[in-house]
Amino acid sequence: MKRLALALGLPVVLFVVWFVASYGSESFYVPPLRRILGAFADTWTLERLRTDVLPSLGRLAVGYALAATLGIAVGVAIGAYPRLRAAAEPVLEFFRAIPPPVLVPVIMLFAGIGNGMKVIVIAVGCVWPVLLNTVEGIRAVDGVLSDTARAYGITGVARLRHLLLRGASPQIAAGLRQALSIAIILMVISEMFAASNGLGFAIVQFQRSFAIPEMWSGIILLGLLGFTLSMLFRFVERRALGWYNGLREAQRKGS
Amino acid sequence: MLDVRGLRKVYSAGNREVEAIKDLTFTVDAGQLVCLVGPSGCGKTTLLRCIAGLLAPTGGQVLVEGRPVAGPPPGMAVVFQEYGRSLFPWMSVRDNVELPLKQKKVPRDRRRQLVADAIGAVGLAGTEGAYPWQLSGGMQQRVAIARAVAYEPSILLMDEPFAAVDAQTRADLEDLVRALWQRLRMTILFVTHDIDEAVYLGQRVLMLSSSPTVVQAELSVDLPAVRDQLHTRADPRFTALRTRVYEQIQAARRGTAAGLSDRIDERLGVDSE
Repeated sequence: MKRLALALGLPVVLFVVWFVASYGSESFYVPPLRRILGAFADTWTLERLRTDVLPSLGRLAVGYALAATLGIAVGVAIGAYPRLRAAAEPVLEFFRAIPPPVLVPVIMLFAGIGNGMKVIVIAVGCVWPVLLNTVEGIRAVDGVLSDTARAYGITGVARLRHLLLRGASPQIAAGLRQALSIAIILMVISEMFAASNGLGFAIVQFQRSFAIPEMWSGIILLGLLGFTLSMLFRFVERRALGWYNGLREAQRKGS
Repeated sequence: MLDVRGLRKVYSAGNREVEAIKDLTFTVDAGQLVCLVGPSGCGKTTLLRCIAGLLAPTGGQVLVEGRPVAGPPPGMAVVFQEYGRSLFPWMSVRDNVELPLKQKKVPRDRRRQLVADAIGAVGLAGTEGAYPWQLSGGMQQRVAIARAVAYEPSILLMDEPFAAVDAQTRADLEDLVRALWQRLRMTILFVTHDIDEAVYLGQRVLMLSSSPTVVQAELSVDLPAVRDQLHTRADPRFTALRTRVYEQIQAARRGTAAGLSDRIDERLGVDSE
């Protein structure tokens, strides 16, 4: 109860401050919050959620899943083979250093402006944190544990499943968490460049047609969406990595 | 059973070469409990990793049941010193013990039986569902021993398994190892730096020199088969044996034991080059 109050306290205060401070606002570009909330209810109807929010979420899901699969697969390979890592590391660092939004115009050139382009943009942009964290996670798998597995004949697929992936899972989760926020950003940006539906597209449309309260409401919706997804992620992570948190707790107490 | 012939291991880092094991030859017969004891840093762990097939020797050979070791031999189980790092922290006690059996394709019912028996044998019945890190150090090492026992190895290697647990737990675990050994009739090679432990546990004690390692001396422990912490350790014979081992280890540390002078000369010769 106390924790809930603590977690909700600041958002409520901020909301109230915004509401009160903007109450008498005459500015066209910064309308009062009550008007934005009114527009929110009018704009984001079920129909609208279906035509704009669902396509966005679909592209996000596919792009993110692609990045996760590819990042983990390649990351495991690079992490497990030092030679491969030595060869691949400089290239990876280079690609990681490129700001992902820059990729949108480039990918548009060969992937067009359809769903494919947006999925590719999301996947290409958020594969790097997953990949690099997976590499680190695999490298950090304990040597004694690895020896134990070998001594007991745990090799091949079993080694991958029971040792490498599980051992690297805390770092993989960290990479996936970073990738999630990048994926949301890229989802919006790719839709702002060229699209016929989606959240990013809707927000740009509102702005261009001077529907300012609606534009603001779209931004609030995006914020809520990002928040919900990260909560969902934390929930899943806490369940999957229960052992890790327990282990760390035990080590803290022990030392 | 276990046959180590002229084993040599040289680590090379860049241009520098460090000879960890010079020339080791010994055998362990089936069903024996042999303790290897040596001064710290004498290459005990290197030797054990070579025997376990985790490390390729530079020269010589290790034979297990007559077959040369090229990778981890199928009938061998290992218990490491670092219990906290040798159990899978994401698996329950039961899963930790069971996983090697699954790999060995032991049928399900038999597997259940072996796991339950092994966990019971080390006195951990009731903790099957716990994660290793929820247990004390001594209990974690018991889990590692249960995993080894359930594997039904013909030979069990133990690498200073009790070096990191407190004295009381250590005594309990020593008795556990002897009890399991007598009941299951497997071959055990037990590496330790603790002289008392070596004499208390072993039928034979092999003393290693300091690195580069050779077998410095060997001792057969003529204590009664039934041993207990109180009486065995108070036995004059025990004291005499541990004194002899202690002398040899001290000599090894100084590198000037009788009968080793030729080796010393040889080493001096190398140094003067």
